[in-house]
Amino acid sequence: MSQAHRPDSAGRGDIVVSARNLTKKFGDFTAVDAISFQVRAGESFGLLGPNGAGKSTTMRMIGGVSRRTSGELAIMGLDPDRHGPEIRAHLGVVPQQDNLDQELRVRDNLIVYGRYFGLPHSYLRPKADELLEFAQLADKARAKVDALSGGMKRRLTIARSLVNDPRMLLLDEPTTGLDPQARHILWDRLFRLKESGVTLILTTHYMDEAEQLCDRLIVVDKGRIMAEGSPAALIREHSTREVLELRFGSERNAAVAAELGGIGERQEALPDRVLIYADDGEAALEQVSGRGLRPLTSLVRRSSLEDVFLRLTGRSLID
Amino acid sequence: MSRQTLGGTSRKQPAQLPVLSGRPLASLYAGNVRAVFARGLKATWGSNWAITASGFVEPVLYLVAMGVGLGSLIGTVEGPGGERIGYANYIAPALLAVSAMNGAVYDSTWNVFFKLNYAKLYEGMLNTSLGPLDVALGEILLALLRGALYATGFTAVMGVMGLVTAPWALLMVPAAVLVAFGFASFGMGVTSFMKTFQQMDWISFVMLPMFLFSATFYPLSVYPEPVQWMVQALPLWHGVELLRQLSAGAVTAATGLHILYYLVMILLGLVLTTARLRRLFLS
Ligand SMILES: Nc1ncnc2c1ncn2[C@@H]1O[C@H](COP(=O)(O)OP(=O)(O)OP(=O)(O)O)[C@@H](O)[C@H]1O
Ligand SMILES: [Mg+2]
Repeated sequence: MSQAHRPDSAGRGDIVVSARNLTKKFGDFTAVDAISFQVRAGESFGLLGPNGAGKSTTMRMIGGVSRRTSGELAIMGLDPDRHGPEIRAHLGVVPQQDNLDQELRVRDNLIVYGRYFGLPHSYLRPKADELLEFAQLADKARAKVDALSGGMKRRLTIARSLVNDPRMLLLDEPTTGLDPQARHILWDRLFRLKESGVTLILTTHYMDEAEQLCDRLIVVDKGRIMAEGSPAALIREHSTREVLELRFGSERNAAVAAELGGIGERQEALPDRVLIYADDGEAALEQVSGRGLRPLTSLVRRSSLEDVFLRLTGRSLID
Repeated sequence: MSRQTLGGTSRKQPAQLPVLSGRPLASLYAGNVRAVFARGLKATWGSNWAITASGFVEPVLYLVAMGVGLGSLIGTVEGPGGERIGYANYIAPALLAVSAMNGAVYDSTWNVFFKLNYAKLYEGMLNTSLGPLDVALGEILLALLRGALYATGFTAVMGVMGLVTAPWALLMVPAAVLVAFGFASFGMGVTSFMKTFQQMDWISFVMLPMFLFSATFYPLSVYPEPVQWMVQALPLWHGVELLRQLSAGAVTAATGLHILYYLVMILLGLVLTTARLRRLFLS
């Protein structure tokens, strides 16, 4: 293996993940359907999509723990089928479901995990203390994993993923189960890691998280890529500047929506509300009142990724 | 989480990251069995050693009850070299093989079953730079260690009871380790197919008759020929014969065949376990 193929040689901006027609089938079922994308070193890349879209499956293929059915995949220049251990040496993985070592205490979870990477104790001891501090679990260092709350376990899993100073972090719904404060601190931490050159690949069902963290993202549905771009570009491309949200009561929303034709660029009737996409939300609200319609509540807000998602998949992101 | 610590500023690359390109088996093996083994020691230490001591005590009880008790009625029997030996001397090496088997099987079946199906331990391990062969070998060595400890303890009991006679008998300990290795390796491979507790009970269902009928307490010649063939196909019989021959110093070409049987069993078990781990967690 030549020097040029060593994962170590990836500099900022180099392509570190390259997928072409990446496909994963489980029997007859196609979970990931010929998707193509690239991620550059130091980039923060998001996968968005409803439940079952194939996000975790894609993450697992990138992490080298799931073999692709067909297509091409290179991680830091290497084929994960042939160089799994070597690639994983440079990855930090936060799986969707915590898989902490229940038989070990909190601090030992970090140290033993580091040992799996072949790292020496002299490096791991201070590293473990540093990570416990970061995860705010220093006072739980000697506790059993079972004794931690769900959010604490999540924090330990995240801390554990950093033990080998990974070049690339794979975060599958990292903040699920975290309280708002812990989430914001994690965002801050991820931001700093990104600044120091770590590539982030994450999935999330939280739009604010995606908008905060992702330089670029793909929206996936049924194993296919529906759209790709920066959060701002996606909003520009697939939605209007503002959205008017109207609530007429659950029985009436659909009926009233029929009377709203022509207001704004587009209307969308959801079970609990009607959305009107317009560049000027206030003006649209005036038009609604002009037609003699009296919503129970109305709200004008900026378009978000949620709207892009709804547009592209016809489904809400948070199921 | 805390904001103060771990800023992006002081990010250092770890001192050493293994680079494994170009090695054979690079996708299966990272040369880090030690970490898996050490993890097992740490997890087991102080927790369930007491409970599993029963696996050690059982053959000792048989040795006392059958060897001393029943042996006083039986007197002497024909040993592997054709000479007359005491009944306790006859069954002791067989029970040593059973002891090694019990130790190895405990860790490689129930413990592995739990880790595979409930603890998701291997999933976490295989997210690191470990390969499935590292995990398999580490876990098997751990099971083997228990087998070796049981066997050493049992040999000590034999010594105290005056049942260690020939100098060859000292080779019983490494031979028992070989037996433990075979059972650990194969046991983990078999366990990887088990999905429910009912299926795990099948293992006991196979183990008990194997223990009773593998020429442990009486020679193979009491069976009709087809049954003899069946017993000879089972691994415990080879362990029993191997250890019995060593204990009496009656080493022959057959001894080599028994060793070969275990070497093949170890290899098959390793290949099977590695393939299964790969299939379960890397497919
Ligand atoms: N091991 C498996 N065997 C069979 N089908 C699977 C397996 N893993 C995933 N699938 C199927 O593949 C599809 C994609 O699953 P995946 O876990 O990638 O979805 P996801 O986008 O991560 O969803 P979520 O948001 O719920 O986590 C689902 O329909 C799932 O049932
Ligand atoms: Mg998922």
